[in-house]
Amino acid sequence: MALLPSEFAELEPFAERWALATERERWAERTSSSIGDMQAFYDAIITEVGEAIAYCDKFPLDDMPEDATNLLRLVYSFVIVSFAVELWRQPYPPDTIGTEFQRTSEPLP
Amino acid sequence: MARYPKPAAGSWTEHYPELGTGPVSYEDSISPEWYELEKEAIFRRAWLQVGRVEEIPRTGRYFTKDISAVNTSIIVVRDGDDVRAFHNVCRHRGNKLVWQDFPKEDTSGMARQFTCKYHGWRYGLDGACVFAQQEGEFFNFDKADYGLKPVHCDVFAGFIFVNFSEQPTQSLREFLGPMLLGVEDYPFGQMTDRYGFRVECRSNWKVFSDAFMEFYHAPVVHVGQHPSQLRAAITQSGYEAPHYQVDGAHGLVTTAGSLHRVWDMPPENVKPADIATRSGLFGPWERSDLGELPPGINPGKIHPWGLSSFQFFPNFAILIWEAGWYNTHQFWPTSHNTLTFEGNVYSLPARSASERVGREMAAVSFKEYSLQDANTLEATQLGLESGVIDRFPLNDQEVLVRNFHKATADWVHDFQRESAEG
Repeated sequence: MALLPSEFAELEPFAERWALATERERWAERTSSSIGDMQAFYDAIITEVGEAIAYCDKFPLDDMPEDATNLLRLVYSFVIVSFAVELWRQPYPPDTIGTEFQRTSEPLP
Repeated sequence: MARYPKPAAGSWTEHYPELGTGPVSYEDSISPEWYELEKEAIFRRAWLQVGRVEEIPRTGRYFTKDISAVNTSIIVVRDGDDVRAFHNVCRHRGNKLVWQDFPKEDTSGMARQFTCKYHGWRYGLDGACVFAQQEGEFFNFDKADYGLKPVHCDVFAGFIFVNFSEQPTQSLREFLGPMLLGVEDYPFGQMTDRYGFRVECRSNWKVFSDAFMEFYHAPVVHVGQHPSQLRAAITQSGYEAPHYQVDGAHGLVTTAGSLHRVWDMPPENVKPADIATRSGLFGPWERSDLGELPPGINPGKIHPWGLSSFQFFPNFAILIWEAGWYNTHQFWPTSHNTLTFEGNVYSLPARSASERVGREMAAVSFKEYSLQDANTLEATQLGLESGVIDRFPLNDQEVLVRNFHKATADWVHDFQRESAEG
């Protein structure tokens, strides 16, 4: 059973791992992933982000179908992974490993 | 070679001659004895921000807040139009009244009354004791004498402040003063999309605050947030603010907007993820329309305006950004060399997924750079605690740091003088 809308089938292999509901889960996934794995996800989604956001924009935030919600969560993971891939070339910002900086609240989805 | 004009005195620091220009001691940030004085002189006497009214929108909604610097927890509760604060302590035998699962952790919820988990005493939202278990067993007892101990509480622009002194010497508005009162009409109350953050850090609360009062460090500590080909130039050009202001213990720094116009840059100088999300370090590129803003948010009349960072003595800050959002910082000491940092990023409720993604990018950026600060400041604390250096030079871009340490010392010295006078 596909997690994402069929238009985004090429991102489906990344959905189970990266369509995560909260920043806490996305941060945990980023900081336990290799830069190679994150680069592969980044390369696959960077050209699709604009269309993915436009797809999600068709629905009200408080009444999104599950597959669109998963797609939006995948875009959030793109955002968090982009820092590791574009800037740091490692999971943590330099010299920050070991600091538990927690997001304690956020709007959902 | 100043990029922006300085005051007639020659510098921002000399514009406030009581600040001096000499090197400063950081003994105030490594001494356990000094911290004990700060707790009494500052945290038990100043107005402290503890949250926003939107967190308790209806009668009975409450949150608790543990404030280590005054060794207490408080309950902040909505009752009709009133916001009230009480010490979170049962009057019977001192049990912490409201908590969930973990006695030390803060909680929030909805209640008609507060019921003690120990012997079942109950208190109304006005703090009155309304039920004492087996009341007849007590001696010469009237439960009307055993209401919750109140904490002075007042609201400014939707921010809830408390004061732990028996009788505050200044009202909240007197304490805030004209510069901070100037932000009052900003539409904080409409900006209910909130991303909250928290970190425990091993540095003195002032050492941590210092880094959020100056941007002199930004082209060094945070240069990695920019594409690599820009970094050398950013570090080399350094940082200057077009406007600083000091109003008693409080401070303001304004940055110019020219730095923030990312969309005017050649695309190779912008992170691909920023282009994809139309957002970044300085927030979403599409400015939120907030209507006409109060002149008090940009008292230096800086154009183009980037942001204004208002430092509320002793431990709170509001940063208002040109793009139509704001964030807060708060620095709660837990010992002389540890603190809890709380940050919040607020904006208008997102109306679409694309707006939500833009806010997510701003919130993730906030964490990435705050993480860089947090670890740097642990390193600063270690260096200070080595004690090998006892005087540190502060430059003109660090004028608010200088004022902040002077203000904390002034409050301690006033307290000592008043205590001596009895």
